[in-house]
Amino acid sequence: MSSTIVSLPDQSTARIPKTNFITKENGLLSWLLTGDHKRIAVLYLISITFFFFIGGSLAGLIRLELLTPQSDLMATDTYNKVFTMHGVVMIFLFLVPSVPATLGNFLIPIMIGAKDLALPKINLLSWYLYVVGGILVIYTMVSGGVDTGWTFTTPLSTHYVNTNVMSTGLAVFIAGFSSIFTGLNFIVTIHKMRCPGMTWFRLPLFVWAHYAASILMVLGTPVLAIAIVLVALERTVGIGVFDPAKGGDPLLFQHLFWFYSHPAVYIMILPGFGVISETISTFSRKRVFGYTAVAFSSVAIAVFGFFVWAHHMFIMGISNYAVLVFSLLTMLVAVPSAIKIFNWTFTLYKGSITFETPMLYTFGFMGLFTIGGLTGVFLGASGTDIHLTETYFIVAHFHFVMVGGMLMAFLAGIHFWWPKITGRMYPEKISQLAAVVTFIGFNLTFFPQFILGTLGMPRRYAAYPPEFQVLNVFSTAGATILGVGYLLPILYLTWSLKYGAIAGSNPWQATGLEWQIQSPPLTENFIETPIMDHEAYDYEWLDRQKAKEVTSVG
Amino acid sequence: MSDSPAIANGAAVAEHHEHPPYQRHHFESVEQQADTTNFAMWLFLLTEIMFFGGLFTAYLILRNWYYPAFVEASHQLNIFWGTANTAVLISSSFTMAMGVWSAEMRKKGTLVLCLVLTFILGLVFLGIKTIEYKEKIEKHHVPGFHYSLQSFTNPASDPEIYKEYHDQPMALDMARHTELYFFLYFAMTGMHALHMIIGIAILGFMIFRARAGAYTTGHVTFVENFGLYWHFVDIIWIFLFPLLYLISRHQ
Amino acid sequence: MSEQKQNAAHPEAAHGEHEHHITPPGVYIVIFLSLLVFTALTVGASYIEMGIFNPVVALAIGVIKATLVVLFFMGVKYSTKLTKLTVFAGLFTFTAPYCGLPSRTSAAHNSKKQGGPWWR
Repeated sequence: MSSTIVSLPDQSTARIPKTNFITKENGLLSWLLTGDHKRIAVLYLISITFFFFIGGSLAGLIRLELLTPQSDLMATDTYNKVFTMHGVVMIFLFLVPSVPATLGNFLIPIMIGAKDLALPKINLLSWYLYVVGGILVIYTMVSGGVDTGWTFTTPLSTHYVNTNVMSTGLAVFIAGFSSIFTGLNFIVTIHKMRCPGMTWFRLPLFVWAHYAASILMVLGTPVLAIAIVLVALERTVGIGVFDPAKGGDPLLFQHLFWFYSHPAVYIMILPGFGVISETISTFSRKRVFGYTAVAFSSVAIAVFGFFVWAHHMFIMGISNYAVLVFSLLTMLVAVPSAIKIFNWTFTLYKGSITFETPMLYTFGFMGLFTIGGLTGVFLGASGTDIHLTETYFIVAHFHFVMVGGMLMAFLAGIHFWWPKITGRMYPEKISQLAAVVTFIGFNLTFFPQFILGTLGMPRRYAAYPPEFQVLNVFSTAGATILGVGYLLPILYLTWSLKYGAIAGSNPWQATGLEWQIQSPPLTENFIETPIMDHEAYDYEWLDRQKAKEVTSVG
Repeated sequence: MSDSPAIANGAAVAEHHEHPPYQRHHFESVEQQADTTNFAMWLFLLTEIMFFGGLFTAYLILRNWYYPAFVEASHQLNIFWGTANTAVLISSSFTMAMGVWSAEMRKKGTLVLCLVLTFILGLVFLGIKTIEYKEKIEKHHVPGFHYSLQSFTNPASDPEIYKEYHDQPMALDMARHTELYFFLYFAMTGMHALHMIIGIAILGFMIFRARAGAYTTGHVTFVENFGLYWHFVDIIWIFLFPLLYLISRHQ
Repeated sequence: MSEQKQNAAHPEAAHGEHEHHITPPGVYIVIFLSLLVFTALTVGASYIEMGIFNPVVALAIGVIKATLVVLFFMGVKYSTKLTKLTVFAGLFTFTAPYCGLPSRTSAAHNSKKQGGPWWR
């Protein structure tokens, strides 16, 4: 039994196919005015990487400040601005679009056997809206920042700060529409553009996950939009909707904001779940255990996710009755996520497991997301939450699920589909090293934060009691290692564009329509419309294909 | 790197099939394109419902809390203009539906007439809105811009309205809440008017294209989908009208 | 007659799972007039003292009018199952939070002012 499933073509004779979506047309305009979902995915990949590094630098600044108990690296006001921008950039400009806009855009049409998404022009519009939102965020940073926290809590954001709430609000509003249009495009495409034979239950679970996330994007994001409009009106005109003096209620903002922002976390994680389903299956050489359960649990997460928003508001003055109801519902929403983890674990059982880089990130995901998710259940219990809210426990919880979970899934996906997108393999050894470095760095950064939270260190504070310093120093040390772990992929993936091994169409010997076409794909994806005649993750079918394959001539 | 046999050998789709010029290349048929864009428009309308919904929520909560203020403030709205606007918008929905029918029946002249009528009715709606807004501005009932409580603390100072409703003078704190009513009035009708303006602009473009015969050769999806948008804007007004104008006219 | 014209122009479309229904103008006229009648009704009702039923009647008439527009002007009565499902999903997502929330919040607010029970 070999220790790797990678099967590359003979490097001495292999070539990147001359005609592919990259070489089809040349010139900047052909990229900036493209309708090709694959090109738009690449445009997104470049832009979100850019914003990831901005958000990451801001994180570095936070950790640097927190090396010492006093607020000595920057003024407390500045610190407030730094963590606010870190949150805004990472959430709206990185996490929300990460997998859907890059991998989802690239793969969904191919996975369902279509030539493109249903609405290519809207897809391009999505990218431009994202870029405009991003530019506005940069403008905000350059012109003095905003210090309300990414949650824009009223009445702080409407009445008491004189920082750039308006431009940040506008940026988030515009980026929100980018997200809405992406989700709309995905839903329409998945419903209407599947090739003959591609029934709903033959779809890869990656597609199901994106479908569920898209429902959330389409129904949830407009509520954020109206919440921002109201903040803007309150701030400029003084309408009074969030002002108790005029009869309004700041809590109304909280309800509207969290009605989106809780589903938003599922928007962020569901596409990651989709990636994990694909990688776990490929690197265990086994169909995903309980396909139907995993598919339906994605939709269940989307539906239940709409009913738990007030668990972000336990201490804000909602009634005890509401606290009770939302706490119970929060327990319920953990169940579908747990179902997925169980199913993925059962997929591994008796599988032929190999440890290429995407699988390393997948294992990292399984462990770290489980910890993050379980701590979420602790927080869902309102009694615990009252003590732990607004402490570093919360910070650790969401970084475990978002960074330990989502970001690892994103990296797993990037590595897994890199050969398909570029036609070249990344260098295996250094990438495995980077995955391990990331894992170690992550744990060192964020695990101490759980302890800090239970000990009582509050979040969003530049200064803290001296007894917390040791754990903070560990955390900053971990952040440095984590930074190295994230920098490495940028370097070797860029290197691989020119020097990587030629991958061929199916280096992972994976199932799925995307692996049956050339790497990089043609602009129209398929030469002829495929007809789907087998189930998803059908490795027997793949073996039969290989048996028929012609590998040499004469 | 051979292509998998699972990929069809040209069975379902002929290599050089004729397709109408308006069919985009990633669609297999005109029917698929029409179905898909129709579904996309419905999804977009769903996002619009969720967007407007936030304002409806704010309205429901604040009206429940400050009912007397909302009643008296709503008396400031002219029921004649409001009813007229409702009738105008319903008529424009009718002409729009007739426009879609004309496109489906390939009657170019009728289509252009219906679109022009819809356009004009839309402008009439905005005109009436302008009259109403002007009145609010003159009476200082715009939140945040020298908002005046006089009409509510001393209703007799507003003879036309006082004649009809005989409102009682309100205590100062309840009178202050009328500003919230007017915020909702301007926010909701303003957002609605913004959607009308966008719709009218697209109508203008459509009239131009309809005269060139673009929609009467079998490709009706643009008109159909725009019709959905226009009816949706009408539905929003169908709810705004009773909620803002008809809170209570019997007191 | 219109069916033949339709089929002649789109031979491939004739076989589809869903025949494209064209509503006759007569139906549109009836709906249009009904909408005007309901508008008059709702204005009239606001002048009559009905206590708690005033907002109920106003909203009920609004819902009837909106239903007429959705079913006939927007064609949902003759649409595919997917369209009907989408409309339903939108209505559900709209009413659940947007009506559930105000009712809970206002009950709590009004109750607190009178020193109400812990669950409000």
